[in-house]
Amino acid sequence: MTAEREAEVLVIGGGNAALCAAITAAEAGARVLLLECAPRHYRGGNSRHTRNIRCMHRAPTRVLTEAYPEDEYYEDLLKVTGGNTDEALARHVIRTSEPAIDWMSARGVRFQPSLGGTLHLSRTNAFFLGGGKALVNTYFHRAERLGVEVLYEAEAIDLALDAGRCSCVTVRQDARTFAVRARAVVVASGGFESNLAWLREAWGPAADNFLIRGTPYNMGRVLRALIDRGAQAIGDPTQCHAAAIDARAPKFDGGIVTRVDCVSLGIVVNREGVRFYDEGEDFWPQRDAIWGRLVAQQPGQIAWAIIDRKPIGRFMPPVFPGVRADSIAELAAALGLPVQAVVKTVQDYNRAVQPGHFDHAVLDGCRTRGLSPEKTHWALPIDSPPYYGYPLRPGITFTYLGVKVTPRAQVQLRDGGLAKNLYAAGEVMAGNILSKGYLAGIGMTIGTVYGRIAGEEAARHAAGARQAA
Amino acid sequence: MSAPSGDLHQEGARQMGICNSCRYCEGYCAVFPAMERRLAFERAELEYLANRCHGCNECYYACQYAPPHEFAISLPKMLGEVRAASWRSHAWPAPLARSFERGGLVAALALAFGLAAILALAAALGGGGASLLAARAGGDFYAVIPHGVMAGLFGAVGVFVLAALVAGLLSFWRASGEALAGFARAHALAGALKDALSLKYLDGNGAVGCTYPGERSSQARRWFHHLSFYGFLLCFAATVTGTVYHYGFGWVAPYGYASLPVLLGTAGGLGLIAGPAGLAWLKLRRDPATANPEQTGMDTAFLALLVLASLSGLALLAWRETAAMALLLCAHLGVVLALFLVLPCGRFVHGVYRFAALAKYALEQRRPGLDPGRE
Repeated sequence: MTAEREAEVLVIGGGNAALCAAITAAEAGARVLLLECAPRHYRGGNSRHTRNIRCMHRAPTRVLTEAYPEDEYYEDLLKVTGGNTDEALARHVIRTSEPAIDWMSARGVRFQPSLGGTLHLSRTNAFFLGGGKALVNTYFHRAERLGVEVLYEAEAIDLALDAGRCSCVTVRQDARTFAVRARAVVVASGGFESNLAWLREAWGPAADNFLIRGTPYNMGRVLRALIDRGAQAIGDPTQCHAAAIDARAPKFDGGIVTRVDCVSLGIVVNREGVRFYDEGEDFWPQRDAIWGRLVAQQPGQIAWAIIDRKPIGRFMPPVFPGVRADSIAELAAALGLPVQAVVKTVQDYNRAVQPGHFDHAVLDGCRTRGLSPEKTHWALPIDSPPYYGYPLRPGITFTYLGVKVTPRAQVQLRDGGLAKNLYAAGEVMAGNILSKGYLAGIGMTIGTVYGRIAGEEAARHAAGARQAA
Repeated sequence: MSAPSGDLHQEGARQMGICNSCRYCEGYCAVFPAMERRLAFERAELEYLANRCHGCNECYYACQYAPPHEFAISLPKMLGEVRAASWRSHAWPAPLARSFERGGLVAALALAFGLAAILALAAALGGGGASLLAARAGGDFYAVIPHGVMAGLFGAVGVFVLAALVAGLLSFWRASGEALAGFARAHALAGALKDALSLKYLDGNGAVGCTYPGERSSQARRWFHHLSFYGFLLCFAATVTGTVYHYGFGWVAPYGYASLPVLLGTAGGLGLIAGPAGLAWLKLRRDPATANPEQTGMDTAFLALLVLASLSGLALLAWRETAAMALLLCAHLGVVLALFLVLPCGRFVHGVYRFAALAKYALEQRRPGLDPGRE
């Protein structure tokens, strides 16, 4: 250790939850130091890639239509998690999400109507004008005006827990390592999705074929340190938000544009040229988060979406153009797939398609009969050239393994006690609420609500310690 | 030099393709709804979008794909380059287009100075050397340069400038794929006029302004642009009023300090000093990541001529009864003439092409778009 620093409240992380915590603590009068391990340009963790927040509301608001009551929100959460959530925490998050919009607006966050093609979210999710990076910029400006000191490329690599008290955090910046002592510490440093070795530990060699959609900076070092030093872990390390994204996307940080939204309008085959799941089960945004896992379970962790001319213009334009061919056989060859198998799959599928009125905007009646698996909506024959193929890989957005917290964001310890001055917010504790599955925009809800709680508690603890001292 | 325009438009298509898959910025301005009506971005589409872009830079600072990200998106920079190239390619007559490349501050100042010198020389030769430096009671401009000469000169330049601007506008309009008749459609013109006069897209999306010249929101650019735009209109109104006075009522300049042309001109002139000076000051502080450095010379030249025209005009007003009047008059007329001559090949054309782009947008909004359904 070459130097020491002190702060009243130390916030580890630079995303939405960390910023909400830092702003809340600074507004309560605490002297705050924030550690962002990314360079300034890539600050904000996965919040850079977000675009909305899911909020409960009892009546239409400035930015949300109709009403989205607590019970409906909770039911939605139960559906995606299969009932495996901490009800007290979840309901607390849902209830506290109602005033969140006003809190955010008061700190400069701007909202916009639902983005094109996301009208179905206009009731439940408030969209940030310009997306998550604009939100992160706004919060950083706000935090800086409040006097929060921000260190970039400063990575917390370890922390000491003595009798439930976090006495010291070890930080690496450039080539130096130094200790930070703070009266209270908020950990909001995200999950471990960028840590390829850890992903491999959880998933085995299949993980080598995963792409990471989000930040390359979520190495999970603080999460690991917390667990190693006695925090109670929660969640399954293989559980994560994983979409099926274009296999040609960069290994890290490809973000939203790498999505392939034509899956529900065509068919998806694996390396053997065989279909493996109902592509038309539900609207794509409701299903994209399960397709990452589905592709991860296929041989070679790869699959291909195939469409013909008909859906063009009816789904969000993909960033990588589809591989194009004038016949299915040529397309299969161009994609490097077994030609006969693909031709047979398409023939069988086309024969199984039932007559119906196609409408991609509703759950229409177009389906197959006699296939395994069936395609239950939007099943049109694939018979109008040109044909297009898009390679798919699992794209990990974020992981769910975290630390167990109380409703007041205090970190719970394996020995049954509570950490005294250590709070967690955001992705690092989202596993308390999200054991699996995903509900669009709930990550930002958890981060905002728990960021504020953690900031408030940390500031209160620091003020108590200041008076005692 | 700029990249060959083929590369520029290829790069534009690449960037717009990524933006069209993301769409996080669609709430910022009208570039994005126009983008979402399209799946491919050829040169005509890019030029249309580029002339809708106001360079507020919001989308750059909000972009998760801005450099150093490997997707390297900077719409303000790319669209700025496409925009400048579109002005070059639609400029009429063709030699004017080349002056876009050269149009820098030095060239503009040399032109203004040269024209002023020619006017002074002509006035001196016409009126006898000594009279140029003599004070004239009542500040009689036409004793220095006869009214007929002045009106003829500016009339001819005015007609040329108007013809050049209209030719550029029509060329841009046709290239954008619109029929000539479309421009005359009432809703197109009304929509464009409304957006243009209210400077709608400089409003900075609500109350905070835009992220120019840096990452923090500011209203500065909007206010400086308002001062310039309405200053320009006031000066134009002063000229029109003077013309009506002259031909309609036989009231000959110079007009009294409390007269309408002088009041309008003074107010406009003050706006045209503060506005362009402020815009130039902001431009100096602009984030290089969003700027098109090739454009700086032309922009600065235009701003400098606006400031000089106003300064010389106000100086002329202040000292019109002194011995300096004749030289100030020549200087002012030289600068104004230079300003007019660079209008069709300088920064001014952004207003013309933007107007056309606004009109096209008004037409386009009544046509059915693509339907990506529920994503």
